[in-house]
Amino acid sequence: MRPAGRAELESLYFTYPQFDAPRDRASLSKEIPVAIAGAGPVGMTAALTLARYGIPSVLLEKKSTFNDGSRAICVARSSYNLFQRLGIEKPFLDKGLPWVSGRSFFRGRQILEFFMADSPDEKYRPMYNLEQQYIEAFLYDAVAKSDLIDMRWQSEVTGVADKADGVTLSIEDPHGTYKLPAQWLLAADGAHSPIRTMRGYRLNGENYEGRYVIADIRLERDCKVERFALFDPDSRPGGTVLIHQQPDNIWRIDYQLRDGEAEKKALQEDAIRAGVAAALSEVGFNEPWELEWWSVYSANTLLLDDYRDGRVFFIGDSAHIVPIFGVRGLNNGFTDAHNIGWKLGYVLNGQADPAILDSYTPERRGATLDVFKNASKSARFMTPHSRGYRVMRDAALSLALDHPFAGEFANPRNMTPYTYAASPLTQRLMLPENGGPVPGAAAPNVQLEDGFLFDRLGPDFTLLAFGEIPGLDLRQRDLGMLTLLQQPAEGPVARAYCAGQGGAYLIRPDLHVAARWPHADGSKIAEFMKQVLAGGARPND
Amino acid sequence: MTEKTMEDVYSALADGIDAAGPEKEALFLAKTVLLLANENPDTDRVCELIRSACDNLDGMRSNSTS
Repeated sequence: MRPAGRAELESLYFTYPQFDAPRDRASLSKEIPVAIAGAGPVGMTAALTLARYGIPSVLLEKKSTFNDGSRAICVARSSYNLFQRLGIEKPFLDKGLPWVSGRSFFRGRQILEFFMADSPDEKYRPMYNLEQQYIEAFLYDAVAKSDLIDMRWQSEVTGVADKADGVTLSIEDPHGTYKLPAQWLLAADGAHSPIRTMRGYRLNGENYEGRYVIADIRLERDCKVERFALFDPDSRPGGTVLIHQQPDNIWRIDYQLRDGEAEKKALQEDAIRAGVAAALSEVGFNEPWELEWWSVYSANTLLLDDYRDGRVFFIGDSAHIVPIFGVRGLNNGFTDAHNIGWKLGYVLNGQADPAILDSYTPERRGATLDVFKNASKSARFMTPHSRGYRVMRDAALSLALDHPFAGEFANPRNMTPYTYAASPLTQRLMLPENGGPVPGAAAPNVQLEDGFLFDRLGPDFTLLAFGEIPGLDLRQRDLGMLTLLQQPAEGPVARAYCAGQGGAYLIRPDLHVAARWPHADGSKIAEFMKQVLAGGARPND
Repeated sequence: MTEKTMEDVYSALADGIDAAGPEKEALFLAKTVLLLANENPDTDRVCELIRSACDNLDGMRSNSTS
């Protein structure tokens, strides 16, 4: 919602462009390898990933501009690494506000300062705050530059019918209706996904009780970028308040509604202004401010049982809704899009068997369940659902005033990448722990004399080899797309990966470790690669 | 070395519950357990003991007439 007197898209800092429906009607119904419903951040990331593999796609968006309703702001390092894979990281780096730490307060006294993992080996900071409008605008700039992406605004998918080897979409735009045959459909059409409904699926899971007002304001203040969490502040007894800084002097204030506080009344402009003013006085922000936008939110953990339905894949919010605490909603959506994107790219280029696509649900649904586990811990601290959890939360907060250990319960446990341990594409771990990343884990970045390890990875799979690997012949068919990255057996990369002479790691296009060998040889690697590209097998070492 | 006995622990808890009052006694006991658990490196044992405290949650029956 916007303050009285301002139009729906009249922002204090962002100009929403208006995009027309396609005028050239000649080839609208030409069959396409991949159709993507929804040009939000997830749909656009999927299109950009496919384009990276040379795959054309059609992006269908019902609206005529970027999202105004959904408001992600925290973009995690893993997403920046992914943007780098797509070659689009620069505007995100230029505009995003990096941050590494946050502070929590109980009744005005600091009980926790947390620091997210960071080191000189990381190219990007753990988190960047960036308004979703900019996220979409930067992705759209890249989409518009790509010859492979056919972006169709004001184009609504009104039907999906299965056909042999694909689906036929019914599309409606201001100029008429038409059919669009596609080999594959990615449903990136959001939390209320019409495609999910058309296919007869629904999200399953739980709703949490706590309701939050989320409000954006403009306020000029020069200070360190960090996250504030206020528990039981004088301005909102019994409630919690979260404060994040965003670019363009925009601040996000989230505050919890009281049990029984009527939502309609709480969302009226004067109530919002009073709630925001109280939160600001609590943290000593005395500067004048303007109200930009507000909404209401309650935490849910909802997901689909299967992210795939024949030729349709669900990505982002259409597949899962996660609580805001821990900033995993959009970040996991980006990963969904990239995950299915590279796999479809391989299949459509004839480099992998379609069976590889069956790894999408276990990998990404597994990640969602892991998010639920962590986010639920945060949610039950922020908005306890029972007397027992309320008593323990209160016990932890009051102890934390004098005992720092108890403040850790208030740590938001922000996004960390999920390990694809049970994926059919992951090497069965039969090796003793060596301290290096396990198969399925996110590969660690390493600072080199000139740049970072990730800057040197190939566009596809990369074999990170320490010293000489016997019998390795990259002309072999199964190794055709492999980039060989040779590193000294003693050096920063070997140390980070706990590898020695003759060891090797196989790194996937999405920066997860597929396999590792303490003593690699060409035939083992070729055999493993062959099985990965065959998709279904759970390869043995 | 230690001079306090289990009897002292017993009365410290009783005094704490009385001082907290019925409204705050759960909070007081929860804080007590968290503090003790934080100093016990065997977290498995702590969880086991907490679970065993859930057994037989019956004290003496009230003998008041009202």
